[in-house]
Amino acid sequence: MIWGSVWGALRRNPLTLFGGCVVVFLFAVAVSATLLPIPDPYAIDADAVLEVPSFAHPFGTDELGRDVLSRVVYGARISLWVGFVSVGIAIVIGTLLGSIGGYYGGWVDGLIMRFVDVMLCFPTFFLILAVIAFLEPNIGTIMAIIGLTGWMGVCRLVRAEFLSLKERDFVQSARALGVGNLRIIARHILPNSLTPVMVAAILGVAGAILTESALSFLGIGVQPPTPSWGNILTSGKDNIQIAWWLSLFPGLAILLTVLSYNLLGEGLRDALDPRLRGMR
Amino acid sequence: MLSYLARRTLTLIPLLFGITLVSFLVIHLAPGSPIDVLADLNPKMTAEAKQRLITYYGLDKPLHERYWQWLRRFLALDFGVSFSADRRAVMDKIKEALPITITINVLSLLLIFLVAVPIGAYSASHLYSTFDKVLTVFVYIGFAIPTFWLALLTLILFSVQLEWLPISGLSSLDYPQLSLAGKMWDLVSHLILPVLLSAFSGLAGLSRYMRGSMLEVMRQEYITAARSKGLSEAEVIYKHALRNALLPVVTILGLSVPGLIGGSVIFEQIFGIPGMGRLFFTGVMSRDYPLVMGILTIGAFLTLLGNLLADVSYAIVDPRIRRGGAG
Amino acid sequence: MGARGLIVFFSLSLSLSLYLSGCGERQRAETPAPNPKPGAVGLEPAHGDTVVEGSIGEATNLIPMLASDSASHNIAGLIINGLVKYDKDVRLVGDLAESWEVSQGGLQITFKLHRNVRWHDRHPFTAHDVLFGFQTIINPATPTAYAEDFRQVKKAEVIDDYTFRVTYEKPFAPALSSWGNLVVLPKHLLEGKDVTKSDLARRPIGTGPYRFKEWISRDRVILEANPDYFEGRPFIDRYVIRVIPDLATMFLELKAGGLDLMGLTPIQYKRQTDDPFFRDNFSKYRYLANAYTYLGYNLLEPKFQDKRVRQALTYAIDKDEIIKVVLLGLGAPATGPYKPGLWFYNPNVKNYPHDPAKALALLKEAGWADRDSDGILDKDGQPFEFTVITNEGNALRHRTAVIIQERLKKIGIRIKIRVIEWSAFINEFIDKKDFEATILGWTTGFEPDQYDIWHSSKTGKKELNFISYKNPEVDELLEAGRRTFEQEKRKAIYGRFQEILAEEQPYAFLYVPEALPIVHARIHGIEPSPLGISYNFHRWYVPKESQKYGRVALLP
Repeated sequence: MIWGSVWGALRRNPLTLFGGCVVVFLFAVAVSATLLPIPDPYAIDADAVLEVPSFAHPFGTDELGRDVLSRVVYGARISLWVGFVSVGIAIVIGTLLGSIGGYYGGWVDGLIMRFVDVMLCFPTFFLILAVIAFLEPNIGTIMAIIGLTGWMGVCRLVRAEFLSLKERDFVQSARALGVGNLRIIARHILPNSLTPVMVAAILGVAGAILTESALSFLGIGVQPPTPSWGNILTSGKDNIQIAWWLSLFPGLAILLTVLSYNLLGEGLRDALDPRLRGMR
Repeated sequence: MLSYLARRTLTLIPLLFGITLVSFLVIHLAPGSPIDVLADLNPKMTAEAKQRLITYYGLDKPLHERYWQWLRRFLALDFGVSFSADRRAVMDKIKEALPITITINVLSLLLIFLVAVPIGAYSASHLYSTFDKVLTVFVYIGFAIPTFWLALLTLILFSVQLEWLPISGLSSLDYPQLSLAGKMWDLVSHLILPVLLSAFSGLAGLSRYMRGSMLEVMRQEYITAARSKGLSEAEVIYKHALRNALLPVVTILGLSVPGLIGGSVIFEQIFGIPGMGRLFFTGVMSRDYPLVMGILTIGAFLTLLGNLLADVSYAIVDPRIRRGGAG
Repeated sequence: MGARGLIVFFSLSLSLSLYLSGCGERQRAETPAPNPKPGAVGLEPAHGDTVVEGSIGEATNLIPMLASDSASHNIAGLIINGLVKYDKDVRLVGDLAESWEVSQGGLQITFKLHRNVRWHDRHPFTAHDVLFGFQTIINPATPTAYAEDFRQVKKAEVIDDYTFRVTYEKPFAPALSSWGNLVVLPKHLLEGKDVTKSDLARRPIGTGPYRFKEWISRDRVILEANPDYFEGRPFIDRYVIRVIPDLATMFLELKAGGLDLMGLTPIQYKRQTDDPFFRDNFSKYRYLANAYTYLGYNLLEPKFQDKRVRQALTYAIDKDEIIKVVLLGLGAPATGPYKPGLWFYNPNVKNYPHDPAKALALLKEAGWADRDSDGILDKDGQPFEFTVITNEGNALRHRTAVIIQERLKKIGIRIKIRVIEWSAFINEFIDKKDFEATILGWTTGFEPDQYDIWHSSKTGKKELNFISYKNPEVDELLEAGRRTFEQEKRKAIYGRFQEILAEEQPYAFLYVPEALPIVHARIHGIEPSPLGISYNFHRWYVPKESQKYGRVALLP
């Protein structure tokens, strides 16, 4: 049901289709990075430090003489991985708490929603900084904390869906037939409330990639030598006046990716769920 | 109205409590301790000296005791003494930095509001025109560009190449000697880039939102009714539609406060602005527990205040909310 | 910046910027940097102008004994004098002390103080201020990191207003150098008060060439010349240190004229300041910093206990490659724990040129070979793998780690790199000795005593010999070095100490980076020395015609 309308949305809106194609393309590049005919992104060349783009190095080299094209390609893996996993965490937590709150209502719902309110009050970036700086800034911590501070929107969306869906006839009749709560949630309500979650997830990936790059700027993102778009861009920033290629290419990669995820997400939302139009 | 305000304020109390609890836990569950930063692997620092510092800061007490102690002091707006070598009261440090960050953020909010509303409204009333399309492109780029990168590019263009604007800080060295007009310009010129850039992504978001909200309103019956009464298109849009479309926008503006405050870390770092974002970042990097907790709490508190303000102004405009009770 | 006094502390340098702070070696000859000649025609010293320096970090506390960051010490060094200081040839000379006398076989030092010195509030300086400072620093309630040297003192007494005497329990060679600006405090302002709550931390009053004017938090500190300075009024009227937390922004600020002085990164030195604009407007300096970076092994790990393995690792690492890539050639290979060029440095120790074949041979002797042909050396069925930890926020160390990783991979050793936040790094890993190997740096001083880092009694938890290095001969040498006063004898003692370390390679000593300050060309009077350039800041000047900021009205 959902996939049919996704396809419809893609076909009708060329921008959404563009976003979708780029998303698929980047995903393919990231997955097949090891198969591509590009140099080792970790190979250091002491004699080729910060070289301008050339035939051998189409995106130039970085401050250790490594190939920037390879690093941007492998960076796609890391950046997308950060995006997917952190959003995955946020979706799981948000959906879980949102469906519990929405389905059971009462004080459980009250407690959960107050917790959501509390979390929404924090400048999220402050919270992320505090936790990452206090823990080890490795990729796991970064994904976990972006996820743990990003579930509130999903939680609210899912709760709202549940509130309206649980009063609907098919839920009421299932309940009358004595179907258990868990089964009603999992079988009847959840699948019907997934559209906004999917849209939120797609938009969330874009946000997570930007957050990682901001963390890298502060020196506490994904740590070198592992390439992420954020940390390549940051080393580009320090050399911006002598090595434009070192910030241009990862910068464009981030721009293009975030752009595509946003186009895809918003296009789908407008097509699938007009009520949410204009909201982020 | 008063009872609405009272009810609305009451709901803040459990939130405030939650905020303090979350801040405290986040900071204290992490491994490591600030004493290591003070000691800095100094060979002249003995174990006894370290122990003295630990006792000095009360770090040997159990967690709940420390929280309780901290909470009691917090109620008196006392966040304790910073762990950094200056041993200043956290509140003093925050007081110094907060006005700067608030000024920049309020200016950005104003800018966002004043620019986003007209272009969003215009764009909605001229759907799919060239302007609308340009706006859409701007919006998507505004969302997608890493702001620190953009900030550096603008610095190079306006401050190094064109030499129009200063690079960092809040005032020039010769500030005290300047005339009043000179002082004004000095301040303004230092603020232009930071305010513009921190407004940038918010601007994109809000104009998009305004456009959506406007489109929504235009579909409503009373707009159709107004049109059918023979009111001119301009009257319909600016008198009826705009006002109603603004309501949700105000709420969103309130919700964007935490994002702006969070973003201040990046801008203050790049533009060398002595505000709260940087205070927080240095605090985090040196594990200045009282400072980090103080700022986290104050930051959350400000958001709360922003939301309250948005709600109240919403309620003033729309009486239904007042009767409907606090959401 | 500023005359740094004699703070002999080995803090781990957190970032590159710290390298600018201390002191350094004279310029190396490879590319002679433009060095303005003082006294040339039309360049007479003149009063006036302002020097603006950029700093990544902000000072925390301007009472030296309470601060442990270089930003604070740099500023306080211009405001507060010690009893003694180093001159440009790294000899101890009097500062507030006119002269001193060592008696009773080194157990007693009697300082004669200058009589015409006043605090910046015009109150006269006397021996009571020194005694007060001493009592404050050894007071257990004072949270200072520098008390240990002063705890060796058995008795400190004021003989008269201008004579101060200390008596030591045992001969203690580093004694004299400890009487720098850590211990002098204005008694008339602090007596009976809690030094940790004093506002002198933010508005210091000293006796130095510059006096405190203003501190705008996280923005700038402004000092102005002390017209009554007992060594003569400094030329530069005003010294401003601006805090700019981002290196890229700081460099743009320098380029746009907002800064006169900053420490460059190797890339900025080599690639970004090599154009006519910078050649015309700035002077660059380079000298070895007082610091070195090393790869330290946890010697409790069985695989690192074999000396041959450690030697092999040093042979496998290409120090020159690290210097070429990480420092762009702006540094020297480290051969031991001291900076080349100082009197106690021993250049004739065992050297380890890059030699993978020799490394493999040594490893084979020690039982490591690739028996299962998986490309990784193994012994008793265990592959040769270990994790190197380093602290976050130090790009040079990260790159060093990456290069070592690549080199060791080539001889079949696999290492993993973990970057850990500073506090957790120290507390959870270094202090608990929960690491296999680590890349770190020490800041070194002009006193060879390194008892705390290498003596076997210092291997406890949270002590500095965290690699657990134990060698009876080294212990003896370190003890003898502390008891011996004659420089020649000490030189022999520490020379032997360096030979042993070079042979045993408890660390792979990697490199000594260069400090790379850049100064606006209008500023004259800079005389690079092993101490760096900033030790004679009060003699710097800008000739009248090239002054940028003009005169500042100084009230007496």
